[in-house]
Amino acid sequence: MGAVTLASFQGLNGVHLLATTLPDALVFAVAAVMVLAGAIGVVVSRNPVHSALMLVLTLFGVAVEFVAQDAQFLAAVQVIVYAGAIVVLFLFVITLLGVDNPENLKEEPLRFQRPLALALAGAGATGMLLLGWGAKWTTGAQSVVGQARGHGPNVSVLGRVVFTTYLLPFEATSLLLVIAVVGAVMLVRHRGDAGADRSVRESAPALEESPGVVQQDPQRETDESDQVPAGGPRATDQAQRKNAQTNGGEPAS
Amino acid sequence: MSVDGGWYLTLAAVLFVIGAFGLLVRRNVLVMFMCVELMLNAANLTFVTFSRMLNDIGGQAAVFFVLVVAAAEVVVGLGIIVAVHRHRPSATADDLHVLEH
Amino acid sequence: MLHAAFLMILLPLAGSCVLAAVGRKLGNPRAGWLATAMVAASFVLSVAVFSSLAGRASNQRSFTQVLFTWIPVGDLHVRIGLLIDPLSMTMALFVTGVSALIHLYSIGYMSHDEQFPKFFTYLNLFVASMLVLVLADNFLFSFLGWEGVGLCSYLLVAFWFDRDSAASAGKKAFIVNRIGDFGFLLAMLLIFTKLGTLNYHGVFAHLGQLSHGTITAIVLLLFLGAAGKSAQLPLFTWLPDAMEGPTPVSALIHAATMVTAGVYLMVRVSPMLHLAQGASLVVAAVGVATAFVAASIACAQDDVKKVLAYSTVSQLGYMFLAVGTGAYVAAIFLMICHAFYKGLLFLGAGSLIHGLHDEQDLKLMGGLRKMMPLTFVTFGVAWLAIAGVPPFAAFWSKGDVLVSAFSYSPFLYAVGALTAVLTAYYMGREFFLAFYGPERWRKSFAARSGEPHDPSWVMKLPLVVLAVASAFAGLINLPFHPAWDFLATWLAPVVGSVLVHANVGTAGRWELAIGDAVLAFAGVGVAWKLWSKRWDRPELEPAVLRAGWGIDAMYDTLVAKTGTALSLFAATTIDTSLIDAAVNGVASAVRSTGESVRRLQTGFVRSYALGVMLGLVLLLVWMLTRAVS
Repeated sequence: MGAVTLASFQGLNGVHLLATTLPDALVFAVAAVMVLAGAIGVVVSRNPVHSALMLVLTLFGVAVEFVAQDAQFLAAVQVIVYAGAIVVLFLFVITLLGVDNPENLKEEPLRFQRPLALALAGAGATGMLLLGWGAKWTTGAQSVVGQARGHGPNVSVLGRVVFTTYLLPFEATSLLLVIAVVGAVMLVRHRGDAGADRSVRESAPALEESPGVVQQDPQRETDESDQVPAGGPRATDQAQRKNAQTNGGEPAS
Repeated sequence: MSVDGGWYLTLAAVLFVIGAFGLLVRRNVLVMFMCVELMLNAANLTFVTFSRMLNDIGGQAAVFFVLVVAAAEVVVGLGIIVAVHRHRPSATADDLHVLEH
Repeated sequence: MLHAAFLMILLPLAGSCVLAAVGRKLGNPRAGWLATAMVAASFVLSVAVFSSLAGRASNQRSFTQVLFTWIPVGDLHVRIGLLIDPLSMTMALFVTGVSALIHLYSIGYMSHDEQFPKFFTYLNLFVASMLVLVLADNFLFSFLGWEGVGLCSYLLVAFWFDRDSAASAGKKAFIVNRIGDFGFLLAMLLIFTKLGTLNYHGVFAHLGQLSHGTITAIVLLLFLGAAGKSAQLPLFTWLPDAMEGPTPVSALIHAATMVTAGVYLMVRVSPMLHLAQGASLVVAAVGVATAFVAASIACAQDDVKKVLAYSTVSQLGYMFLAVGTGAYVAAIFLMICHAFYKGLLFLGAGSLIHGLHDEQDLKLMGGLRKMMPLTFVTFGVAWLAIAGVPPFAAFWSKGDVLVSAFSYSPFLYAVGALTAVLTAYYMGREFFLAFYGPERWRKSFAARSGEPHDPSWVMKLPLVVLAVASAFAGLINLPFHPAWDFLATWLAPVVGSVLVHANVGTAGRWELAIGDAVLAFAGVGVAWKLWSKRWDRPELEPAVLRAGWGIDAMYDTLVAKTGTALSLFAATTIDTSLIDAAVNGVASAVRSTGESVRRLQTGFVRSYALGVMLGLVLLLVWMLTRAVS
């Protein structure tokens, strides 16, 4: 593998792009703009509903790029599953929980989070591009599993692979989906949850009366969450810890 | 002739980085989740691109599975968000730091 | 008959096992009779084996009986095999013979002891171990017996372990012996490394492959083992303390048999010793020094058994003098005679102690010849025998040793002769203090009923037999004529090839013999003059001799005190400030690291995501460096 030099970036000179047929290039460019605009929109929208809509834009763009690369089946699934089901699920949860109040993007409670995030994102992008262009992107073997082109339509080719080579993973995904459904039902079941809360509350009084015990009781957390002091969550916690120390609840370090 | 694979991969890299950046700076759990989806899509795009470049259907099969896993992940993740939200309405990711030192 | 040799070992071993299992049921005295019967049978058997060996031509008198392979590991093949040759059979004969008599004696002596069956369990085990030691055909099997007798010695010295002094004497005997065993082990390892075998015959056949230095090292290491077991300078201090054990034990183990194991070992390896002249000189020098030092200490002891113990050390020194000067036959000759008369002396002392109800102080005896006539007569025979008065045993055996020493070096002879005078003197002192003079025991004895009297017949019989043996043992190896050297002729197949012929003519031998007799009479006469009437002469018992030249005190200072100080230092300084500090330091280092690192655990998901991102970037950097290189 050669050294990463400027010479390796010959691919960037645009000749390739211009050498392709114009409709292809146009499709790629438009879709790319959709993808990037949507992604940026997701990140910078203050309202989560707007973010979700921007996500749809990105997903459509990606679907277009799939089509442009002869992955028609995946493009369809992308639109149906992602844009159709998942984003709808997102929107549903947003409206259900009523968290569509805009987020204040001006302030950042964690110091250095943004500069570090920016630096790491920049470094990551630089690294990936350097690596990709320097290594001419592909180093793997050709057609290990099966050829993508020349053996009928995309759907039948993909279907044959999924139901032969990848049969076991495919069956495993069915199990995964079942588990996910059961898990989701368990997580959001309201009645059992409330019952559990009640049992906790019944055994809690002694816990609540003794001051300074580090709070583990979710119900108690809920009660307090309305009256979070101005200093933010950290201030509350520090106050609690100080309390614990004065009561000898925590060994001095 | 279609567009060179390098451009697709560049697009995927940029998409991934945008998603990662969003994950790091946003506080709304749902938006963070969407950023994860962005990153997943970047990976999917990479898979499909390599599938074309290497003429190997395996890449597309991988995307197929990623889609399934992503669906399951979203279901469970949103379930968790709903469950958490029941105890702490209006919570952002920064409010959930019980596992502090 | 030779093939029944293994039964000699097996009988006492079986006796020991039976007694260990059902000894308490058998009780007193049947357990003792069983043990005695086993050893007596072993003795009869050894007489039979001896006679059938004697029936062979003199160059055919070596027979190896291999029972089975004990340790087959790699190149090491150690077998359980018995070497029946004149030397081992001589040892086996007197070991079983003396053992049988002392077993018989013990039935009477230990009759009042609650642990009666246990005593005979140990005693039988000892006889079995001792026979393993002398009959084994290789070093390692011998070592098994060597350790076995050491173990029995420990168990029997500490037999009355509820007495602190007995318990610590047992430990001392064991630990000091361990130093010697260390030498024996090293010697075996050296032999195996160099020759790849541990068989006596195999080793002696390939001595030519060894360098002179190696042989010297092996001999000196073996001598270290022998010095520990046979109580030579500087390792002899355990033997006087070992007198804490019951008197039959002292007679059997610490006079007649076990302590001579070292001498036996040196005679067994005489082919090596012959090749290492420097090491031989060391053996002779240590022997004669031990003989003199122990004899001088014996002159100032009050305990009837301590005198005998130091006397034993002194006599063992004579044996090593003989070995070192190449007179192996003389060493064995003296060993046999010594087994008889020293066993007899101990049994006589036991009879005194028994009669006086456990009184051991010579200064509290006196005038006992009238009450205990048989003890008096037999003890007297033994005294004259050890003093070297003609024609008793030691006159002949010690005479052989001194002739050999004279031919080797006049200086060794001079020290040996001086020791001979001392021997006659201190034994006379003991004899007169016990049997003559005022009856000093009456003060403490008055409270009890009756007079001291001779013991029962089971104790008398061994005394008489041993007295006869002590008187006439000299007959087995008379000088002056080759036809009378029965023992030398008998042992010639084993040691004859390396026998140093004394370059002293017949006339010279006569002169030396007359000199020996004069020395013996002089010692006896001085003792008679000084001790037959008076019993309190502090000017003749200087403190330095009473304290045994301060050797015990020296060990106390050098080893015990230093060791204690070192341990204290380790416990208070090293342990707290080094070990504990290291352990606590590790703990606090971990703790403080944790204290500082736990700040990373903010609880904020986004901080963790930042970490994941950082990991991704680092991964990319690593891949880039690989891509570049």
